[in-house]
Amino acid sequence: MRTSNFLTPKWLFSVALLLLLAVTPILSDIFDQAFYLSIATRILILTIAAISLNFILGYGGMISLGHAAFIGIGAYCVGIPIYHDYSSGWLHIFLAITVSALFALITGAISLRTKGVHFIMITMAFAQMAFFLFLSMDEYGGDDGLTIWYDSEFFSGIDIDNPTTFYYICFVSLILVMYLYHRLVASRFGRVIRGAKSNEKRMQALGYSTYNYRLVAYVISGAVCGYAGALMGNYTNFISPDMMGWTRSGELIFMVVLGGTATAFGPVFGVLSFLVLEEMLPNVMDMIHDGAGFYWHLPFGLILLFVVLFVRGGISGFLDRLGKR
Amino acid sequence: MDSALLITQLLNGLQLGILLFLLAAGLTLIFGIMDFINLAHGSFYMVGAYICGTLVVLLDSFVLGVLLAIPLTMAVGYVTEVLIARSLYLRDHLDHVLATFGIILIFDTVTHLIWGAEGMVIPLPDWLNGQITVSETIQLPSYRIAIISVGLLVAAGMYYVVSKTRLGMLIRAGASNRTMVQALGVDIKVLFSLVFAAGAAIAGVAGMMISPITGASIGMGNDIIIVAFVVIIIGGIGSIKGAFVGALIVGMIDTLGRSYLDQLLKLFMNTETAETAAPAISAMLIYILMAIILAVRPQGLFPPKVR
Repeated sequence: MRTSNFLTPKWLFSVALLLLLAVTPILSDIFDQAFYLSIATRILILTIAAISLNFILGYGGMISLGHAAFIGIGAYCVGIPIYHDYSSGWLHIFLAITVSALFALITGAISLRTKGVHFIMITMAFAQMAFFLFLSMDEYGGDDGLTIWYDSEFFSGIDIDNPTTFYYICFVSLILVMYLYHRLVASRFGRVIRGAKSNEKRMQALGYSTYNYRLVAYVISGAVCGYAGALMGNYTNFISPDMMGWTRSGELIFMVVLGGTATAFGPVFGVLSFLVLEEMLPNVMDMIHDGAGFYWHLPFGLILLFVVLFVRGGISGFLDRLGKR
Repeated sequence: MDSALLITQLLNGLQLGILLFLLAAGLTLIFGIMDFINLAHGSFYMVGAYICGTLVVLLDSFVLGVLLAIPLTMAVGYVTEVLIARSLYLRDHLDHVLATFGIILIFDTVTHLIWGAEGMVIPLPDWLNGQITVSETIQLPSYRIAIISVGLLVAAGMYYVVSKTRLGMLIRAGASNRTMVQALGVDIKVLFSLVFAAGAAIAGVAGMMISPITGASIGMGNDIIIVAFVVIIIGGIGSIKGAFVGALIVGMIDTLGRSYLDQLLKLFMNTETAETAAPAISAMLIYILMAIILAVRPQGLFPPKVR
């Protein structure tokens, strides 16, 4: 007998979460808390990046420790044109996606020749190259970063400078990206990617060129992450090579694992919990002992260790187990 | 080309290479034997420097401070292994990366709690703080010579232990087939703890050696550990010899690239382009080298024999 996929705790939780995200601007308006809208926007943007990483890491088994580079590249694809007074948002998005995809194509073609720890390290190495490239571009601020003086411009009448408008652009983008990956995972292409993770030799014996499939997955992932970067550039209005440092890539991996790898809603849970922890821990600690919030990295590191050691399957896995009781 | 400058730069390259070797040696053994990616290895580099700095000031003796700091750093490494690292060996690499990333956060914050945010300067005794005059134009700072000698001494010591003693034999055997070593009745847990703690101590020595020059600071290990990973990948993971050669290559290329690349580029570019391109390319050089080696010879220059 086929059991229903609906009405499990995970499904209810996911839908409730999406609904909550859909009405966040209204809520933040009612309670007059613009701050929460800002955090929620960041959650949406990083979730797009996390979903793109989750596809290759979770479903494809490619542990990329360099995905922050795509966010950085996407952000600079907004920053640099605006610096030269090219304000068209369509241009920015086009650049962010194509430059990231190109970077992913070149670095992926080399990286995917390696496996295991070598793949982790070579993706990190390419991200470091991008980091140092932007670090040395004095014209665009180098180490000090680059301030983006105004936002990308789309149609007249749409003002993405308005936080609510920008929030909904991010929200719609997230839903579209989730849908894209939902279709991708279920497609023949997605099956090959998943098959290559569980047994590469078998897929090759079946006649699939796993290398080519992985490369395409890597390029798609890079392009989507670059798009998230373009949104991030518009969100922060200040970008610096710091966005591409290897610790940023590490954080992105943590978000994916925290939520639960190879699950549709895992990245949403992961990014949400990560950012809520990041915002709340310092405040909670300050409440307990004044000034203690400065050291929030300590409990954060302990939580990270705890999740890796004891929480199998992240938040998504936890919700699954909840449903089986 | 200025020969005095060239000699100084060669010396700097050698010094960086030696320091990288001290970090990479432990890293490559831990990875080779336990199959464990330890991003937090750089934390021992930092902890060693801070412990040493405190002891040097407290005891008012540089040598005593260093000698006491080494076993203390080793103890920190041992505790880390027993409490955390041990339960991770059988997990996959993704878990290693995440867990050790968490360890880095913990070490950085605890160091911050104990020693504060300002960092620490380790005072050098006068006899190490001078110059050695080689010729009229060439003077070498004696402390840099000391770093290089200590590093070479540690390298020689490691070579002796790994290739001539029974312990070293077990380490090599563990690197090529740990199940077999276990089946032959060796307590593999003790061996793992020992290797981990020794690796931590050697990384600590590197931190102690560099901090009189650069000072000790929070997160000082996090950048250099990435370079140490580049070294072990270039050298071949699990190989001490590879770590040594890789460290010297990376140290030299990085140092000489930063000082001479602009002059090299000027030979076939106009001055302005060369001057803007040189800093970017020189910072990327070692990563480019690693990418080339991984693409052409993924097992590294000196992969350990048999698996």
